[in-house]
Amino acid sequence: MEDLMVIINLLALVYLGWFVDWTLKQNKSKIWLFSGLALIMLAILSTLPNYGPTYSYIMMSGILMYLILTVSWTLFSGPTGYISLAPAAFFGVGIYTSAILGKDFPVLVVVIFGGLLSVVLAAIVGALTLRLKGIYFIVFTFGLVLLISSVLLWYEIRFTGTRGRFITTANNDLIYYVMLGITVLMFITSYFLKRSKYGLALQSIGQNEEAAAHMGINVTAVKIAVFSISAIFMGMAGAIMAMKWIYLDPYSAFDPFRSFLPVLMAIFGGMKQFYGPVLGAVILAFLEEKLLTEFPYYYKLSFGIVLILVIIYLPDGLVGLGQKVRAWFSRGKIALT
Amino acid sequence: MLEVSNISTFYGQIQVLWDICFKISDGEILALIGANGAGKTTLLNTISGVLRPNSGTITFLGQRIDGLAPHAIVELGISHIPEGRKLFSDMSVQENLEMGAYIDRAWKHRRETLEKVFEFFPRLKERAGQLARTLSGGEQQMLAMGRGLMSRPKLCIIDEPSNGLAPKLVQEVFQIIKSLREQGITILLIEQNVRQTLEVADRACVLENGRMALEGCCEDLLKSDHVRKAYLGL
Repeated sequence: MEDLMVIINLLALVYLGWFVDWTLKQNKSKIWLFSGLALIMLAILSTLPNYGPTYSYIMMSGILMYLILTVSWTLFSGPTGYISLAPAAFFGVGIYTSAILGKDFPVLVVVIFGGLLSVVLAAIVGALTLRLKGIYFIVFTFGLVLLISSVLLWYEIRFTGTRGRFITTANNDLIYYVMLGITVLMFITSYFLKRSKYGLALQSIGQNEEAAAHMGINVTAVKIAVFSISAIFMGMAGAIMAMKWIYLDPYSAFDPFRSFLPVLMAIFGGMKQFYGPVLGAVILAFLEEKLLTEFPYYYKLSFGIVLILVIIYLPDGLVGLGQKVRAWFSRGKIALT
Repeated sequence: MLEVSNISTFYGQIQVLWDICFKISDGEILALIGANGAGKTTLLNTISGVLRPNSGTITFLGQRIDGLAPHAIVELGISHIPEGRKLFSDMSVQENLEMGAYIDRAWKHRRETLEKVFEFFPRLKERAGQLARTLSGGEQQMLAMGRGLMSRPKLCIIDEPSNGLAPKLVQEVFQIIKSLREQGITILLIEQNVRQTLEVADRACVLENGRMALEGCCEDLLKSDHVRKAYLGL
């Protein structure tokens, strides 16, 4: 029963993701129907704490966290093909912001501050590294996660004489509301970015960076700007998620697994459409919540197997599979697009 | 319109261009010819800001542009249609063209410009929704040229447009270049196809081993012994 409620809410999220894709299309029909449905889905999501048991919205908060990491990761890395392994760093900055400011400031201030600090970090890192390509960029962003956690550990042992901190917690329903708010904000931002010429510019940078520069695109500036925007949501998600935990240390705050999972989830869902990563994150995060409690030893193993299978057989993810199936059924009207 | 004086460009320690000087005046087609490795593409990349000259100056419409970033140079009105087309191959034809109009000045008018480009290249209109990589070689070259026009340039730099095209298509490309000039666009054309280039262009420069070897109006060059021997095989 509880699972059913969670699943209904997850479907609502996937619908909202698909709705973003739909609003980006040129010729739209049934505007009222689809927009109305989107409002209903939002209502279902935003009233969950009123009708669902506590367990359901705690679980939803955890899934939303992965959704935010995955979709904001795809915002930059999807079109450009720059595989960033920095999500754990931006997320961790949010967590630490929360740990330091949490007891003195209201929740919203802490969350916004967590987002802003991540932006500052992303802008600095972006300016230093976005000239690097391919494997160098990947390694540097991953090194960033390890670097920050090591420096923090050193600082805590050397100067504060502690390891880790206690966090001021917040109510579970408040965490859920803030998480949902960040998600909606991220969907709206993605919509505006994709609709503007910068969305297309980002895609053309991924296809051919030199040609993009010849078009008059300030390649470095566009890359840094979007990289920083994607970090906002990761930082904010970290700041609010931290309030669910009581205690943290640099290793748990900067867990590299949070850098790999968004990549896996985005690939699993398929990155060509906006709702692909939403779908991937929702399914895998739900499975993680389930498997972690029931088969704790097998779940990381199964993730690895899923990743291998998807890369071999579904290069365009679940969404690509869906399109292939649809194309198979409507053979005859073949269109080269 | 464009004045290049005493340009020297290096790749690391190796000097590729030595004291290049030339001028393009408003509304003309200037051809730049030379063998492989003569430095033609290097010279173009220096003009469009991808490379920086180690010495010398480049002036466009009275403004120094050497040292500016490529996007700033596009905004001033120079469009570079690169060698080998460099299309955004997994984007549609229309999206490729729209990206050509990225700079603010052109973005506002992109619908009108798009219509004009479609008039120029009707094939692109038929294929507007198709991915760029599904086009034939000739269509891809048209797309590269159309994309270059979308920024509403005053000067168009076209690097080896006939590269890899069938002879009949090469003819077509040269016709298009001629009609671009009729639209009031100044053109700097780089080619290996020397005879046809000299027929289309007003003036030409011959680049040899990174140095300017000859410069003059095309009729004179066609008569010059050196050009006949080295480039026309006569």
